[in-house]
Amino acid sequence: MEFVLLIFLPLVAALFVPLLYKRIKNIHTGWFVFVIPVILFIYYLRFIEMTMNGNVTTSTLSWIPSLDISFIAVIDGLSLLFSLLITGIGSLVVLYSIFYLDKKQEKLNNFYVYLLMFMTAMLGIVQSDHVISLYLFWELTSISSFLLIGYWFTRDRSRFGALKSMMITVFGGLMMLGGFVLLSIMGDSYSIRELIGNADSIIGHDYFTLALVLILLGAFTKSAQFPFYIWLPDAMEAPTPVSAYLHSATMVKAGLYLVARFTPLFAFSEVWVWLVTGIGLLTLFWGSFFAVKQTDLKAILAFSTVSQLGLIMSLLGASAVAYHVDGPDAIIFKVAAFAAIFHLINHAMFKGSLFMTAGIVDHETGTRDIRKLGGLMSIMPVSFTVAFIGSMSMAGLPPFSGFLSKELFLTSMLALRDFELFNFATWGILFPIIAWIASVFTFVYSFYFVFKTFAGKRKRQPLPKQPKEAPVGMLLSPVILATLVVGIFFIPNIVGKMFVKPAVVAMQFGLYNHPNEVAVHVSAWHGLTPELLMTLGIIAVGALLFLTMKRWQKLYEIQPQYLSLNALYDSLMIFGESGMNRLSRFYMTGLIRTYLIYMFAFIAAITTIMLFVQDAFVVDMDSFSALNAYGVMTAIILVLAVCMVLFAKTRLAAIIALGGVGYSVALFFVIYKAPDLALTQLVIETVSVALFLLAFKFLPTLKRHGESTAFRFGNFVIAAAVGVTMTLVALSAHSQKLIPSISEYYKETVFTEAAGGNIVNVILVDYRGFDTLFEIAVLAIAGIGVYGMIRLRLARKENSDENK
Amino acid sequence: MEFVMSIIIGILFMAAVYLILSRSLLRIILGTGLLSHGAHLLILTMGGLGGTSPPVLAEGVTDYADPLPQALILTAIVISFGVTAFILVLFYRTYAEHQTDNMNLMKGNDEHD
Amino acid sequence: MKTNDVILQTGTKVVFFIIFLFSIHIFFAGHFAPGGGFVGGLLTTAAIVLLLLAFDLKTVQKALPFNFMIVVAIGLLLALGTAAGSIIFNVPFFTHAFGDFYLPLFGESALHTAMIFDAGVYLVVVGSTITMIQTIGGDS
Repeated sequence: MEFVLLIFLPLVAALFVPLLYKRIKNIHTGWFVFVIPVILFIYYLRFIEMTMNGNVTTSTLSWIPSLDISFIAVIDGLSLLFSLLITGIGSLVVLYSIFYLDKKQEKLNNFYVYLLMFMTAMLGIVQSDHVISLYLFWELTSISSFLLIGYWFTRDRSRFGALKSMMITVFGGLMMLGGFVLLSIMGDSYSIRELIGNADSIIGHDYFTLALVLILLGAFTKSAQFPFYIWLPDAMEAPTPVSAYLHSATMVKAGLYLVARFTPLFAFSEVWVWLVTGIGLLTLFWGSFFAVKQTDLKAILAFSTVSQLGLIMSLLGASAVAYHVDGPDAIIFKVAAFAAIFHLINHAMFKGSLFMTAGIVDHETGTRDIRKLGGLMSIMPVSFTVAFIGSMSMAGLPPFSGFLSKELFLTSMLALRDFELFNFATWGILFPIIAWIASVFTFVYSFYFVFKTFAGKRKRQPLPKQPKEAPVGMLLSPVILATLVVGIFFIPNIVGKMFVKPAVVAMQFGLYNHPNEVAVHVSAWHGLTPELLMTLGIIAVGALLFLTMKRWQKLYEIQPQYLSLNALYDSLMIFGESGMNRLSRFYMTGLIRTYLIYMFAFIAAITTIMLFVQDAFVVDMDSFSALNAYGVMTAIILVLAVCMVLFAKTRLAAIIALGGVGYSVALFFVIYKAPDLALTQLVIETVSVALFLLAFKFLPTLKRHGESTAFRFGNFVIAAAVGVTMTLVALSAHSQKLIPSISEYYKETVFTEAAGGNIVNVILVDYRGFDTLFEIAVLAIAGIGVYGMIRLRLARKENSDENK
Repeated sequence: MEFVMSIIIGILFMAAVYLILSRSLLRIILGTGLLSHGAHLLILTMGGLGGTSPPVLAEGVTDYADPLPQALILTAIVISFGVTAFILVLFYRTYAEHQTDNMNLMKGNDEHD
Repeated sequence: MKTNDVILQTGTKVVFFIIFLFSIHIFFAGHFAPGGGFVGGLLTTAAIVLLLLAFDLKTVQKALPFNFMIVVAIGLLLALGTAAGSIIFNVPFFTHAFGDFYLPLFGESALHTAMIFDAGVYLVVVGSTITMIQTIGGDS
């Protein structure tokens, strides 16, 4: 089976969700949905052996074969890792949601449709080889994220958060699209693999840096990097399973995926190394620092996610350095790549479990406000254990997997100090320092999260609900994740061999031939190294800060509200909205005449200007046919009839004059050898006049409604401009033919090819039958429209009360 | 002859636009009628007015009038009839609803924003 | 619009058939001589409009008891069917076929699938114009 089709499996399944939800009330819809990611997860496991050998497999779905557009899915180490995370965490999240969302009170059909849609979108991102299909799936994740954040759409905060995330991520997506288009122009291909293959021709190109920055904007907005992270905390309005899935484990990692995927192409650029590493570190620090300020459990986790994403981002930046150094130094930067992927896995595990426990606390106590919580340890022992494991892993303590990747991270940051190129010699020292400070705050918020919730004494005022331990089903998913967190600590090299190294090979394309060449061996104890000393320092300072938290937490209040990035976003939105409103009010007067004037004026102006700018105005007197007495007479009659229409005092006179114009046009058709047209025009005029007479009883008399002279003069100017333009167009269109007319072909083949004699009719029914088909469709629609307006007067009278 | 035709096309368009911009519904309908006549003649003139014989195959004739513009105009005539009928009904229904045919009074207002 | 004009009504009865037959002729002649579905359809409409003017709406509806909306639908289906029919013969959409056949009464005749398409055009033109006129005339 072609695995490319499996990407769409969730989407297809989503079609059945509303049906299942409607028909089968007794069973929670989630159970049916649960099957999908589990099947996919098991299916993708098959590929592990292949990627462990460094192989890549593709699967093609030809979409528009005639244009050679096909959808190509690629599975290599990197996309396989992401696919497994998406389906694996997806399974656990669906399982968790079955117990989290009540089957009677929640609109489960919406929820699971969005969730499955997201799954397809995410799989599409990580497996697409075509940049445009990648972009489409990318935006689909934004849309499904928007829908899921706004899931409780009656809440103001949900709608606000949904819109904010949409605005920021779609903005980034569009920038990224621009970057992709530039890339495809430079590399002359839309395939990511071919683009990487053409890297040499792209790197020297003028647009290279621009494309790089645009693509990074996409990655940074999606992965909530500074200063775009502001949407993530607001996205926490989504149901907790969504936060665990989209906003920590998968979707926000799409940006990291993108950076990893394009590393082989952009790593040569100084801008790339600086931006990715610098923004990553800044985000790491910023997120961890502000996480301590938060009081909402999910907000703490949101900021911690921001910060952890920054950590992985900075590692990805550091891994790009591997392309610039040779020899023994290079190995350290290859460690960075390993660390990035390894931490990505670890983060998905511990953050998923933490979000789930935060959800459990919310579900069982009725609040997420950390100031009201405390002392839940004895009531919810299992939840506490899971939260403890997750937090300690996040803080980077043994024996949890986070410790291992945190050590690797510190190693990489220390190595940047010694990097020679790109001014790193001067500024490199900052990297380990910022990393260390950020790690201290990470330690503090990890402790803050788990101990303020579960340890200490119960608060005096009662919680909204009587707290109790969550049901087994709800605990199942977080417990599985927590077990993995501990498990990975003891088998890091097996995980490394199976998942991390194949991904590193895919990411640092060209540096390795086989995953086994990635010479990284992870061990919990590697001697008394600077990294270990730094970790000890983190623990000491972190513990001190945690214990004295109450004293310095007030420092956060110094920052005034109006100086925050959120305030900037708000004022931008308000300014944009009111500005646009004012602008549109300025030119949208509500009068159709105004709009028509715009159109006519622009038609006249643009056409005339272009005629003369392009030197397109040519009058070829020689091509004109001789004056024809009948023609001139008809012309005079026509002009007189037009004048009558213009100056008619009664409507009857106007209609008759209009008929006169029509008949003179028919005469022209006779003169210019168009018998079909003449016939048609004559009949049409007759029927039209009859139609007008029939409608007369409903029409008002001809009135001028006090049109002033100035008003008429304005109309006259516009009308004259259009008239002159049309005369010029007619003259120059007749005088020059850019390409020979197809008419000759019609004349020659009408008998041999189409077996007809009347060329006009053969064109209508045969050569250009498509046009005719649609034209009669238009006529039919006009007929239905007339019928509808008259016969189907909807019961407006009854409904009109609603509008009052 | 093309020169005369171009002038006529200009006059038709001018009159049509002038009528369409006026305030009375009925005059707008008249304007659309003139506009389609202008467009038909424009297409005809663009193709050239030469040709001594109608585009129907006949023995010994080689100088046919250009059939393509004629085919285009033929459908355009029928469609413009459909459109005229549609606008006519649209306008008289509007008149019946609002009791006015003054375009100035039929202004979208801010309440519906 | 109840009128009582004997001369007009008697004349119309005769003229209607002349116009109608002429329209049919024009329609069939369309492939080789001026005419075709559009002109034929409009002429038929004109004939019916003449009836409407001479008699009133109700009489005409009794004499021609079709729902003209359905005529439109049949016409569209005929046109689309002719166009789509070519797919069955594994040639591109809208490929017409023609040939000479011997028919009883008519003798050697050239038949063309374009004629069926043109018949669709004819029906749509008649159907929609009459629908418009009938509904406008019938509005109260």
